[in-house]
Amino acid sequence: MADGAKGFPLPSSLKVVPGTEAAQAAYPYYTQFTPEDDERFWFYNSMHFPEPMHHFDMITAEAAYVALGAFNTRVHVLPTAKGIDHRVINGRVYIGGVAVTDPAEIEERVGEFQQRAFYYYEHWETLYDQWKEKMKALIADAQALPKPSLPDYEPLETTHTGKGVAANHALLDIYQKQIEGYHRMWHHHFEFLLLGYGAYMTFFDFCKKAFPEISDQTISRMVAGMEAEIFRPDEEVKRLARRAVELGVDDKFHDGMHIDDVLEALDQLGESGKAWLDELEASRNPWFNVSSGDGFYHYHRSWNDDLSLPFAALPGYIEKVRAGVNLERPTAQLISEREQLVADYRELLDTDEDKATYDQLIHLAHRVFPYVEGHKFYCEHWYTNLFFNKIREFGALLRDHGFFEKEEDVFHLTQYELESAIIDLMLSWGIGSEPRGPKYWPAIVKLRAAAIAEWAKHPTPPALGNVPDSIDDPAIVMLWGITRENLDTWLNADAEADSKELKGFAACHGVVEGPARVVKSVEEIGRLQQGDILVCQVTNPTWAPIFQKISAAVSDIGGSMSHMAIVAREYGLPAVVGTGTATQKIKDGQRIRVDGGRGTVTILDEEPVLEDA
Amino acid sequence: MSSEVKSVAWFSEVGIHDRPTVGGKGGSLGELTGAGIAVPPGFVVTTHAFELFLKALEARDSVRDKVERLEPANLDAVTALSQELRRRVVEEPLPAEVEQAILAAHSELCGGGSVPVAVRSSATTEDAEDASFAGLQDTFLWVLTAEETVQRVRECWGSLYSVESMTYRLKHKLPEEGVAMAVVVQQMVDARTAGVMFTRSPTSGDKSVITIEGAWGLGSAVVSGEVTPDRWVMGKITGEISVRDISHKHAKQVPAPEGGIMEVELDKLDAETPCLSDEELQALREVGRRIERHYGRPQDIEWAVDKQGNILLLQSRPETVWSAKEVAPVAEKKDNPLNHVMNIFGGRR
Repeated sequence: MADGAKGFPLPSSLKVVPGTEAAQAAYPYYTQFTPEDDERFWFYNSMHFPEPMHHFDMITAEAAYVALGAFNTRVHVLPTAKGIDHRVINGRVYIGGVAVTDPAEIEERVGEFQQRAFYYYEHWETLYDQWKEKMKALIADAQALPKPSLPDYEPLETTHTGKGVAANHALLDIYQKQIEGYHRMWHHHFEFLLLGYGAYMTFFDFCKKAFPEISDQTISRMVAGMEAEIFRPDEEVKRLARRAVELGVDDKFHDGMHIDDVLEALDQLGESGKAWLDELEASRNPWFNVSSGDGFYHYHRSWNDDLSLPFAALPGYIEKVRAGVNLERPTAQLISEREQLVADYRELLDTDEDKATYDQLIHLAHRVFPYVEGHKFYCEHWYTNLFFNKIREFGALLRDHGFFEKEEDVFHLTQYELESAIIDLMLSWGIGSEPRGPKYWPAIVKLRAAAIAEWAKHPTPPALGNVPDSIDDPAIVMLWGITRENLDTWLNADAEADSKELKGFAACHGVVEGPARVVKSVEEIGRLQQGDILVCQVTNPTWAPIFQKISAAVSDIGGSMSHMAIVAREYGLPAVVGTGTATQKIKDGQRIRVDGGRGTVTILDEEPVLEDA
Repeated sequence: MSSEVKSVAWFSEVGIHDRPTVGGKGGSLGELTGAGIAVPPGFVVTTHAFELFLKALEARDSVRDKVERLEPANLDAVTALSQELRRRVVEEPLPAEVEQAILAAHSELCGGGSVPVAVRSSATTEDAEDASFAGLQDTFLWVLTAEETVQRVRECWGSLYSVESMTYRLKHKLPEEGVAMAVVVQQMVDARTAGVMFTRSPTSGDKSVITIEGAWGLGSAVVSGEVTPDRWVMGKITGEISVRDISHKHAKQVPAPEGGIMEVELDKLDAETPCLSDEELQALREVGRRIERHYGRPQDIEWAVDKQGNILLLQSRPETVWSAKEVAPVAEKKDNPLNHVMNIFGGRR
């Protein structure tokens, strides 16, 4: 792909996979590569979008970049960088930064930035409290949106109350409100994100200068919060395990159980069973609104949609409760360990001046970190899950009217096409005729499903265009961890293709050997046996409950600051994240060695061993 | 401290402030012993013992006067005097008081039996620890008998009259009065593994990491550079092991049956097996941290692990290379801490 150290292929040399041209053309015109794009540098956003995008799911990129750009360019006014541009080819999202290079413009933007960003830093806690209220209100709005439906006749109430608006209008109203809400959520998301990361990175850089050999994970351990929302879902599973034992219903839970049977059995059991089911309900709302993936694809379902993940964890936790193990997170102890770490590093600094700066920067990092850790629960998990489920309801409605075969087929339409399909349905319902959609969409859905499957078979270059001399865009460095150094590594990646050793970010130290269990989706989580090494594409903190079962974790995507890395450290679970290709190179059942301190994974077996399950 | 008037002082009786009479090495081993660090037991033959001996030598024929009258440029004369004085130090009778003190201490150290010892010179001034002054610091390993121990003590003293040592003093116009040498006699560890430890990074100066180098057998193989050691870099505070370089350790140095040391070739498996376990690395880190805390500055440490897996400290001295550098602030001081974020957000680089 990349030859020599010259650069990456130009966008114009990247061809649409034959047979998928129509599917490619369906992405919005402003996301298609143009000849002028050869002049710029692009990289594949494999961190957020590791798989080809369904046409509807493109809204995740679009809405996010609308908001990110606005905050960087015009709200906070970052001095040296504007927003992030994106292009789509073969279902893959490529992104590029827009640097500010004119010194006069930078100077002007510095002045703007300091008035704006510093205000946020100075009022962080108040603004963040306000942020949570905004997000909760936004979530409540989305929850209040009715399920879209079309009655045969308008209810009498409509006429008796003089409502003056018919049911088909509600479809458009709900859809547009939901799209509006999703965009608004992404604005909220970026209201604090860059500033939060920036404050963290400032401390990070200071530590790297003061302690050139300090590991990324040590710095993040110094900063990590203890009360973050993201730990809460797992805490709830532990609570449910404890309650199961207390209520004496723990014998209902075992490996390989059928969840519906268990729920049914508990329901039949009488008071204690019902008491546990009430506890389950309490946990589900809101804490099971966590996505089993990272929330960027419609098929990353939440625990509430699919209970397999928390239920896969329950038997193990119950076992521990029975054995008298205290499952509570020792928050006070964790805090005192963090404080000790901060103090021990401080002691190594040579001068009082450096100690004073260190104190200032760790203080700022601790103030901003609750947002950095906590926002994902509200945005990527809770809201996004509500959003995709609302679209699913439209999918069901359109399916019922013959637009396509399955509810999930709705995600093969772009958000704009979906609106026109809804209007088609609104029209036909009003007219009293047949909608056109059922004759129009099935063929397209079929083509697009085939295109997604085809695209997934074609690897895509990690970057396009000539490598810039330096990467100064703070957003790109902070959000994607892209630096000049790792671009060079990518360019040389082909040379190491045969190696038995994979490199990634050292997420949590420890060396473990064991059988690899390559888990491609949350449905496969039941296959994990005690002591297995989890190998997965995207690691996610919501997988935390199964960390008790595994001996180490390896992922394709993620940085040492990823939530997965944070949770792995919390569990003391050796982990290597961001290997790029672990799920492709490692075969299920192979013995591998994970060195979480060095960030390496070594394949020990030539051939996969048979699964003993 | 009583070591001023005694010919022999036990480690437990001395500390770093006794450097003028027990030398840097002796003082450091005493200091570590006092701090509760596991150091193989031993004693120091003090400068007082040397002075008594020198007095006896001077009574027969002048020593210091001859050295001071040398012309440093006249290499032949320096060489001739060096040979003469070293022969006298090794051959002429010791004062009975000194000889008895060494023999008695040796016997006590060996519990009446026979225990191999290491005999090392222990220089009294800071710059004397620099090899350019003392010539080679003398170290005699696996010394088996009391008589040989006395002999090796004399050889250590004799190194004061090496060509390099005398030339250095003459060039720097250091008076002979007060030139003295202490000698450390220490029980020797038949090490399974031994090596060195720096409580900061030798490459970046980072004080938050500890670098450990080790090889099979006696530490002399590592110190002399005859074996490429295994090397680990670990977080001083966190214990995270960030570098594990397991080298091919082709040989190890072990005690020779007739005394002294010898080299033994290793087969491929032994050569490529890490010479320390992770638990041992962590235990060494703890010891390194304790010593650094005790002295309040980064240390350069020699250690050994005996056949039972006990960690023992053989020497610790302050790290000098990075400590000597000017310390620039990590970040420019700013009244408003928020200005530091401009390093990230750009525009003010």
